[in-house]
Amino acid sequence: MASESATIVVRQGRPAPWRDPWLRGIVLQVLFVAIIAALIAFFVNNTIVNLRRQNIASGFHFMDREAAFGIGESLIAYSPADTYARAFLVGLTNTLYVSAIGIVLATILGTVMWLARLSSNWLVAKLAAIYVETFRNIPLALQLLFWWGLLRGAAPSPREAWQPLPGVFVSNRGILFPVPREDPAHLAIAIAVALGVVIAIGVHRWAKRRQEATGQQFPSGWAALGLVVGLPLVVFFAYGAPLRMDWPALRGFNFAGGSSLSPEFGALLIGLVIYTGGFIAEIVRAGILAVSWGQSEAAMALGLRSGHRMRLVILPQALRVIVPPMTSEYLSLTKNSSLAVIIGYPDLVSIANTTMNQTGQAVEGIATIMAVYLVISLLISLAMNFYNRAVALVER
Amino acid sequence: MTGTLLRLAALGVIAVFGIGGSAQAGPTLDKVKQAGTVTCGVQTGALGYAQPDSQGVYTGFNVDICKAIAAVLFGDPAKVKFTPLTAQQRFTALQSGEVDLLSNNTTWTLQRDTELGLDFAPVVFFDGQGFMVAKKLGVKSAKELNGATVCVLPGTTTELNLADYFRANKMEFKPVVIEKIDELAAAFFSGRCDVYTTDASALASVRIGRASNPDDYVILPERISKEPLAPVVRHGDEQWKDLVSWTIYALMNAEEMGITQKNVDDMLKTEDPAMKRMLGVTPGMGKALGVDEKWAYNAIKAVGNYGEIFDKHLGLSSALKLERGYNNLWTKGGLIYPMPIR
Amino acid sequence: MTTEVAPDVPREIAFPIERPPVASTGILGWLRANLFNSVFNTILTLLAAGLLAVTIPPLIRWALIDAIWSAPNGQACRSGGACWAFIHEKLRFILFGRYPYQEQWRPLFVVLTFVGMILASCDRRLWGRPLALLWTGGFVVIAVLMWGGIFGLTYVETSLWSGLPLTLILAIVGMALAFPFAILLALGRRSKLPAVRMISVAYIELVRGVPLITVLFMASVVLPLFLPAGVTIDKLLRAQVAFIMFAAAYLAEVIRGGLQAIPKGQIEAADSLGLGFWRRTRLIVLPQALRMVIPPLVNNFIGAFKNTSLVLIIGLFDLLTTANTALTDPNWQGFAAEAYVFTAAIYFCFCFFMSRYSQMLERNLNQGLRR
Repeated sequence: MASESATIVVRQGRPAPWRDPWLRGIVLQVLFVAIIAALIAFFVNNTIVNLRRQNIASGFHFMDREAAFGIGESLIAYSPADTYARAFLVGLTNTLYVSAIGIVLATILGTVMWLARLSSNWLVAKLAAIYVETFRNIPLALQLLFWWGLLRGAAPSPREAWQPLPGVFVSNRGILFPVPREDPAHLAIAIAVALGVVIAIGVHRWAKRRQEATGQQFPSGWAALGLVVGLPLVVFFAYGAPLRMDWPALRGFNFAGGSSLSPEFGALLIGLVIYTGGFIAEIVRAGILAVSWGQSEAAMALGLRSGHRMRLVILPQALRVIVPPMTSEYLSLTKNSSLAVIIGYPDLVSIANTTMNQTGQAVEGIATIMAVYLVISLLISLAMNFYNRAVALVER
Repeated sequence: MTGTLLRLAALGVIAVFGIGGSAQAGPTLDKVKQAGTVTCGVQTGALGYAQPDSQGVYTGFNVDICKAIAAVLFGDPAKVKFTPLTAQQRFTALQSGEVDLLSNNTTWTLQRDTELGLDFAPVVFFDGQGFMVAKKLGVKSAKELNGATVCVLPGTTTELNLADYFRANKMEFKPVVIEKIDELAAAFFSGRCDVYTTDASALASVRIGRASNPDDYVILPERISKEPLAPVVRHGDEQWKDLVSWTIYALMNAEEMGITQKNVDDMLKTEDPAMKRMLGVTPGMGKALGVDEKWAYNAIKAVGNYGEIFDKHLGLSSALKLERGYNNLWTKGGLIYPMPIR
Repeated sequence: MTTEVAPDVPREIAFPIERPPVASTGILGWLRANLFNSVFNTILTLLAAGLLAVTIPPLIRWALIDAIWSAPNGQACRSGGACWAFIHEKLRFILFGRYPYQEQWRPLFVVLTFVGMILASCDRRLWGRPLALLWTGGFVVIAVLMWGGIFGLTYVETSLWSGLPLTLILAIVGMALAFPFAILLALGRRSKLPAVRMISVAYIELVRGVPLITVLFMASVVLPLFLPAGVTIDKLLRAQVAFIMFAAAYLAEVIRGGLQAIPKGQIEAADSLGLGFWRRTRLIVLPQALRMVIPPLVNNFIGAFKNTSLVLIIGLFDLLTTANTALTDPNWQGFAAEAYVFTAAIYFCFCFFMSRYSQMLERNLNQGLRR
C-alpha cells in the first residue's frame, strides 16, 4: 500500500546551527551553568580570601570542642562540658519536640475551629470566624512576644506559685507537674500500647473485609479503644500498679523535681498552634467545600446518617484536596519554630546562633542549620506524600 | 579536600573571567578618610556606655571614645556614625566592614584575638563579671545561687564564665538567653530570672537604666572573671589599629599630665616637652600616625581626658556612680598605664 | 345512583383559630433558629456566651473605661486599665522610629503613597499599563521622599529608615522585584532544558526548605564574607535581597501552578502561528497563567508582609522592632500589651483588607468559569 510520499517538501538535513533548537539548547545550558558556576566560585573564592586575610578559623573542627555554655531546657542529658555537636543535638531535639506537639495540637485546633465555623449555632460560628481572621492576619513574631510577655508577666514568682491541683505549680518559671518515677513497668506499658495499636489495625482490616464480604458491621472503633487503652492498663496492674511520683517542691529559689514546661516553650507552642490552627481551619474548610454538594445529596438519598456521610463519603474525597496544603502548613510550622530565637527558647537556630558567636564560624553554623532544616522538610514531605498516596483516588 | 577543590575551581574561574577579591587588607584608614566619617559599632542601649535619647542621639563612655577618634581624624567629633549592634552581630559587622571599629564593651580573649580575626586596642575599662539579684530573695553571696535561673546574654564571655563558675562550685543553674539587652532586662525585672549576670559595671547600668525601682536590686560582691574591655578592630590592619590605640593612649596621657578639656588651650603654651610633643606644638607625632599634628589636642578639646570621660558617664558625677577602682591611673593605684607618646 | 346533594353546610368552615407558631420570625425566631435549635446547640450557646461574659467586660473595662488617655509619664499611668497615653507619647516613634524627627512628614507621605498604590491596584479598570506607570511613579516618589538629597530635602541614610515605612518597603518593593525573578524560576522549572530545570528546582526547593530566619542570617552575617574585601552592601539592601530571594521561590511555585493550568492547545496554537518561545510566553502563556493565580499571589503577599517582622532578629527597625524598642523607655515601663495591641491592629488592617480583597477577586475572576 504504497501511499504517495510527501507532497509537502520537507527540507532535508539540519537547519543552520543558530536555528537548530537542539544545538541552541546545549549552548544555552552550558552558558547558564557556566554563569552559575562562576558566581558560586566567585563567592567561594571571596569567602576563602576574606577568612584567610582576617585570620578567621574555618571548618567543622569546633564541633568536637567543649561548648562551655549552659542550655535552659533539654530533652537529652546536656551539661556545659559537652561538645558543640551535642549542643546542636539538644537544639535539634527541642525543635523537633515543639514542632511535633505543635503539629498535633494545631491540627486538632484547626479541625475544631472548622467544625465550629460550620456550626448552625450563629454565636459559635461567628466566634470561630473571628478567631480565624484575627490570628491569621497578625505576624507570628508579634504573637510570640505577646504570649511570652503574658506568660512571664501575669504569673506569680515561684515562692507565690499558684497550685491549681495538688503537685501542679504555675509560676513565672513555667508549669511544674509531677511525673512517675522511673520504673520497669514503663517499658512494658509502652510495648503494650504499641501492641494494642498493631492489633487494633489488624482488627480494623479484618472488620472491613468482613463487612465487604457479608455486610455485617463490627464496632472496630470500640475494639480499638479497648485494645489501646485496656492492654496497657492490664500490664500496669500486672506490675502491681507502680505509682511512685516525682513531686516538684520548692527548694531554695526554684522548684526541684517533677517535670516542667517553661514560659518560653509555652509561648512558642501557644503561638505556633494558634497561628497555624487558623490556617488549618481554612484548609479543611476549602477541602470540604471542594466536594460537590451532589455527593452529600447522594449520601443522604442512600440514607446515611450525618456522621457516616462525613466519614464515608465526604472526608475521603476532601482529604485528597486537604493533604497537599496541609503538608506545606506542617512544614511552615516546623520552619516557624525557628522564631524561638526571639523569645529565647533553645531551639536549633538559637543554639547555632550562640555557637556562631562563641566560635565566630558563621558560615559553618548557618550551613548546619540549613542542612538540618532541609532534611526535616524532606522527611515531612516524604511522610505526607506517603499518606497522600494512601488517600489518593485509585485510578482504574 | 573540598576546600582545595573549591579553591582550584575558584582559581580557574578567576583565570577565565578575570575576577576575584583583592587578597590585600582593605586599609581602613584610607576608607574612613575618603568617607569622611568613622562608623562605630556600639551597644543597642546601655546607660552610661552608649544610649540613644528619644531623638536618636547617642551619648556615653563608648560613644566618647569614637568621638575622640573622629576628632583625631577630622578635627570634628561629630563626624562619626553609630551603628547599634547586638552581642551576636558585632563581630560579623566588624569582619564584613560594616563598621570600622567596635566600641561596645567587648572582652579581650585569646580566641577572639586569634580565631575570630580580631585585633584589640588598649583596654579602656577593667571590669569583672558580677551577679544582680532582687533584694527580697535575701541572697548575700554568689555561692548561695544553687538552682537559680539566670538571665544572660548569649554569645558573650559572661555566658561561658557563668557556666564555668557554677561548674567549679558544683552548683546547678538554668540559663535564660535572649539576644536583645532590652528584652533580657525586661525578663529579669519581670521576675523570669532570679539572677542577672554580666560585667559588674553593666549591671549597674542596667539597674539604673531599666529597673523601675533600682533600690530593689543588689549586686553581689563576687567578681567571677576578668573582663578587660577594649575597642576592637579588624585583624591585619595595623595602621588603623595604631590610630585607635594612640587616640586612647593620648586621652589617658592627658589625664596623667593634667590636661583637661578646659585647660587644653592654655596648655598649648606649656614648656613641658612631653606635653608639647603630644599636643602637636612640637610636630612629628601626627605625621607618624598619618593625621593632623593637632590630633591629640582635637581629641581632648572634643571629649576631655580619660578621667573626665569616665566621671561624666560612669563615675561619681553620673547616674551609675562607679568608683574608679582598677580604672584609675597607675600613679593612683589603678591599672591605667598609657604608653609614652614620643 | 345517588344524586349528590349539595351539603347543607355553610361555605365557610370555622377552622379553629391557630396562633402563629412561636416566633419563627423576629428576634426571638432568629434566636431560636440560630442559637437554641437543639439541646447541644443550647449548651454550646451558653458556653460561648459564658466565655464572652467572662472575657469581654474586663476587656472593655481595660481598653476603654479604666484606660488613661493622657499622662505625663508611666508612673501616672497605672490604673489597672490600658495606658493609651503611652501610645500617644510613642506614636511617632512606633510609626517612624529613628527617622529624623523634623523630617517625619516624609515617611508619612510614603505610607500614604503606598496605601494609595495598593488601593489603586484594587481597581481592575486600571490593570495593565496605567497601573505599571502608577507604580513606577510611586516608587520614584517614595525613593525621593525617603532618601532625599534633592529638591531641598535633606539626605537621610537607610540606617535611619524605620517603622511602618520600612515594613512597607521591605514587603512591597520585595514582592515587586521578586516577581520577575519568580516568573523566570517558574519557567525554568518547566523548561525542557535539563540543566536549567535542575538548577531552578534546586533553588526553589532549597529556599522553600529552610526558614526565612536562616536566609536573613545568611544575608546579614555571611553575605558580607562572600563579597570582595572593601565592598560592603547596605544592611537594609542585604535584608531586601534576602526577602526577594525568599519570596521568589514561593512566588515561583504559585506561578508554576498557573502555567500548569494552561491548556496544551494554547501553546500548540501559538507554535502553529510561528511564535518563538519568548513571544509565546509573553503574549499567550503568561497573561493567562498570571490571571489565574492572582488570588494566591495576594495571599503570598500577605505572608510576605507578615514575614517582614522577622527583620527584628537582624536588627532592622521595622514596625515590630520600633514598638518593642518603645517599651524599653525607663519612664514608660510595663506597657507591652498596649504596644502589641496597637501594632497588631496596624498589621491586621493591612492583612485583613488584602485577604478580603483576594476573596472578592477570587469570586469575580471565577465568574466566567462558573457553570
